[in-house]
Amino acid sequence: MNRYYWILGAFAALVVLLAVGLNLNPRDVPSPLVGKPAPAFRLAVLNQPGQTMGPEDMKGKVWLLNVWASWCVSCREEHPVLVEFSRRGSGTPVVGLNYKELRGDGAIDMRRVPAEQEVPLALERANGWLQAHGDPYLLTVMDIDGRVGIDYGVYGVPETYVIDKNGIIRMKHTGPVSPQVLGEKILPLVAELNK
Amino acid sequence: MKLFSCFIFLLGLLSGPVFATATNEAAVADDPVAEKRLQELSKELRCLVCQNETIAGSNAELAVDLRREIRGMIRDGRSDNEILDFMVSRYGDFVLYRPPVKGITILLWAGPIALLLIGLLVMRSYLKRRNSRVASNSPLSAEETRRAEALLKEIEDK
Repeated sequence: MNRYYWILGAFAALVVLLAVGLNLNPRDVPSPLVGKPAPAFRLAVLNQPGQTMGPEDMKGKVWLLNVWASWCVSCREEHPVLVEFSRRGSGTPVVGLNYKELRGDGAIDMRRVPAEQEVPLALERANGWLQAHGDPYLLTVMDIDGRVGIDYGVYGVPETYVIDKNGIIRMKHTGPVSPQVLGEKILPLVAELNK
Repeated sequence: MKLFSCFIFLLGLLSGPVFATATNEAAVADDPVAEKRLQELSKELRCLVCQNETIAGSNAELAVDLRREIRGMIRDGRSDNEILDFMVSRYGDFVLYRPPVKGITILLWAGPIALLLIGLLVMRSYLKRRNSRVASNSPLSAEETRRAEALLKEIEDK
């Protein structure tokens, strides 16, 4: 009899292990960048010709960096959350990082896009998207070739980074920001960092 | 996101061969030694978009970008370790197909060995118990001996 309890116990342990393991989100890969300085960049600002922006411009502020693209389906899901967030006037700036506006779009054959037209086309598309869905961003910078995305370890758009006053990344969220994620994870952290 | 990944995956299936020849051939022509290094390195790296593929085997956008990045670093004369460090500092240990042995990965590396040891211990204790049970069995009683002999005799008689 004793032996059957053993087997039952081992089986229950296996069930628990699998239940936990299979319910983990395999996309939640911990970012090694948390606790490190936000990688530097200098990128062109959307709608402000000649202007560039980098993380050092935000020194002294707690801010969010939100990676988005018009081809990104999940971005449509999170966008109203961000628009609502900026409309409430929380005072926390959100900078948009437009990630591979053209090159990331699987529907576009880049061999058919003339090199000199890539940037204007990308700007036009990014703009059109913000006009259609609302613009919650302080400003948006254009990562045309995705190099900055690589520095930030971007692998699934949308992604959102919380960066503190000293330019240190404090949190990374992969996937759409839901009202729960915003209210329960991001905002408490921002409030604490603002203290 | 899931739907989108599936779509990209399907797209990848459809367009795979086209991309593969387009991205690989040009570079092979450039420098076969560098290309060999690129292949070796990208076999060590996981594509984070399609997590069970290496960067070498994947045609996801990100894998193509990372191969381009590695190619650039090889051209700049960076060592293999520098290139792997570059990836780990951005994507974490998860990007390595052979993650380093350290606190958080100890279960991953030692787990199978631990399970084997547990199995051996269980087997040993089971065999021990069985042996002692067989050994401790009392010899046949007089009645049993008589019956056994009777049965044996019966067979011989046949």
